[in-house]
Amino acid sequence: MEVFVEQGELMQQGADLPSNVECRRLCVDREQWLQTVQTLSSSAARLLSLWGADDRDRDGCFRIYAAWLLPASVLVLEHPIDDGGLGAATAPSYPGLARFFPSARRMQRALHDLLGVVAEEQERDERGWLRHGGWPDNLYPLRRDADGHQSYPVVSAAYPFVTVQGDGVHEIAVGPVHAGTIEPGHFRFSVVGEKMLRLEERLGYTHKGVARRFQELTQLEGHRLAARLSGDSAVAFSWAYCAALESVTTTPCPGRATLLRALALEHERMANHLGDIGAIGNDAGFAFGFTQFSRLKEDLLRANRSVFGARYLMDYVLPGGVAADLPQNAHSTLLNVYRDLEAGVLAMRAIYGEHAGLRDRLHETGRLGREIAEQMGALGLPARASGVACDLRADHPWAPYDKLLQKLSDKAPLWPITHPDGDVAARVQVRFDELLQCLELCRVLLEEISSPALSGPAQRSVQAALPAAAPYRLGMGLIEGWRGPVMVALETGTDGAIRRCHAHDSSWQNWPLLEYAILGNIVPDFPLINKSFNLSYSGQDG
Amino acid sequence: MIDVLTRMLRTGVLTEPGAGPEDSAPTAEILHNSLYGLLGRALSIRHVDAGSCNGCELEIAALHNPYYNLEGRGVHFVASPRHADLLLVTGPVSVNMEEALKRTYDAAPDPKLVIALGDCASCGGVFGQNYASRGAIANVIPVHLTIPGCPPDPVTILTGILKAVRTIRLTA
Repeated sequence: MEVFVEQGELMQQGADLPSNVECRRLCVDREQWLQTVQTLSSSAARLLSLWGADDRDRDGCFRIYAAWLLPASVLVLEHPIDDGGLGAATAPSYPGLARFFPSARRMQRALHDLLGVVAEEQERDERGWLRHGGWPDNLYPLRRDADGHQSYPVVSAAYPFVTVQGDGVHEIAVGPVHAGTIEPGHFRFSVVGEKMLRLEERLGYTHKGVARRFQELTQLEGHRLAARLSGDSAVAFSWAYCAALESVTTTPCPGRATLLRALALEHERMANHLGDIGAIGNDAGFAFGFTQFSRLKEDLLRANRSVFGARYLMDYVLPGGVAADLPQNAHSTLLNVYRDLEAGVLAMRAIYGEHAGLRDRLHETGRLGREIAEQMGALGLPARASGVACDLRADHPWAPYDKLLQKLSDKAPLWPITHPDGDVAARVQVRFDELLQCLELCRVLLEEISSPALSGPAQRSVQAALPAAAPYRLGMGLIEGWRGPVMVALETGTDGAIRRCHAHDSSWQNWPLLEYAILGNIVPDFPLINKSFNLSYSGQDG
Repeated sequence: MIDVLTRMLRTGVLTEPGAGPEDSAPTAEILHNSLYGLLGRALSIRHVDAGSCNGCELEIAALHNPYYNLEGRGVHFVASPRHADLLLVTGPVSVNMEEALKRTYDAAPDPKLVIALGDCASCGGVFGQNYASRGAIANVIPVHLTIPGCPPDPVTILTGILKAVRTIRLTA
């Protein structure tokens, strides 16, 4: 109880932070940072993201930011660090979070790679995470005095993986180029026979310097880059970016555009779930499942093209609204597509549930227990499949989701959809249930879009003009994408420039979970387990 | 089992025999006939993600769905560059993938046909060039053909693959 009182006080002390969800910002010194982090760690808070900025040009400080999801709001801690003057002998540092929030470990390494600010930890992992020798050791690309434009020769250095010792233990190295149409990353397995004893991931291969690139774009261009942080979550990221910018400029997005964004987001969720369920079937040797689901996915993508103008909605969500309204016949086209999809999904759900061979492969494979999921700060779909009820649409509903929940009919399960088992089968089941929920939700959205209240000429607008943003203002955008929450923290610069933009994918939290889920499984089940998580490499690497 | 068989029968053959979504575009069947005429055998492709956002990967994966049925038409995606006639490369080249891409290229047998797929692979796209990105694929390995698009749809990819195979046949 005491903790909650303290947390309540914390929230009152903070100032409102512009965002599409309830969000507070608290500026703290070193002592307060430590205390607050400790308080948060004994509460239900989940670490959302950790990032930093170089503000030495303004006030001689680096700033560390950390965002937490609390039960009813989001808390952003801001901690300025005086760098002790240019050319100081020791690197600037802040008290590390990993002791209390294990998911911070890789974020702290990345923060050091990009900004050269060190997290104080008892046993600090000094290996680079995003830095693989592609730029000089003394170059920190997010520092304002660093030349981020130049190309540098690659100097490869060995990366010491943690080794497992014992009779018959050997290592299998996989990647970065994988044997399939997937993204690059490296997996180092320590195995005995076929049994996996340990997996260590090494990511960062697709790091493209997105954070630095944002600073070269104007505020009205940034959504294009955000959409391409992880192509399969284009709507989620571009919406999060636009939500941040619209919050900073206090521009309300037109009601019709808000509904269209939600429709696009749910289509993105469905397309990915359809693809994943089929691919999981394929990885279990059930090619029939892949054929059926890839067909259903293609049907949905073709519907996207006819109503949104593109199969993948890279540039559909724009600052102030969306690119276009639905064409006239969209309503009936979509209802037909939903009907066929629903029939297909229901038929396939029965087949997946009853197929003995498939059940044998999926059940009790890659199990992630609820306790580990909670300790490790799991987010999004993998968390829900391990029994952790979390979904921004339910916990921190933003427009239009704040009004949709009660409109879902009895047919669809309400969010968040969870499953207690935490195995591959559970992650498949959650996807099935979310698909059916999405279909119902899309029907409700379509009804709302065509309601008489939105059909007047003034209400048909899908684009609002954005006034120029005041400089040095921070705004946040949080959207529940199909994988889990995505976040964009945007700081405005002068004359419409982006001063700093940090985009975060929930894959940061969920990649380490895969290392737990595979324990005790056999090597041939790894692709299946990996697919059931289907985490983003590019979204994590940035 | 009976459910599976029933559903297979009800679904039927979906592979598009004549016109694709765009009437003038080649379908997998036309591609198949041309490939057979040009190569006298199947085409083996190794896909390499050199740092993409995964958007192009989604459309490459779509080529395997029953509408396009690429595998059924004699185009095979292989797991090793040593088995590949063609490298289908996506993304701007991240510096962290530069070495892996070069090694993959070196491992592929002649004629080392390379397609740069998508806007980023063609010109660097929205990421451009910086400390972490080398931009276009052509900045790192020789490229025979670029297929722009963000992401290019499956029919555009099919058209590009066919064009690339024709190019190499003419120059050989």
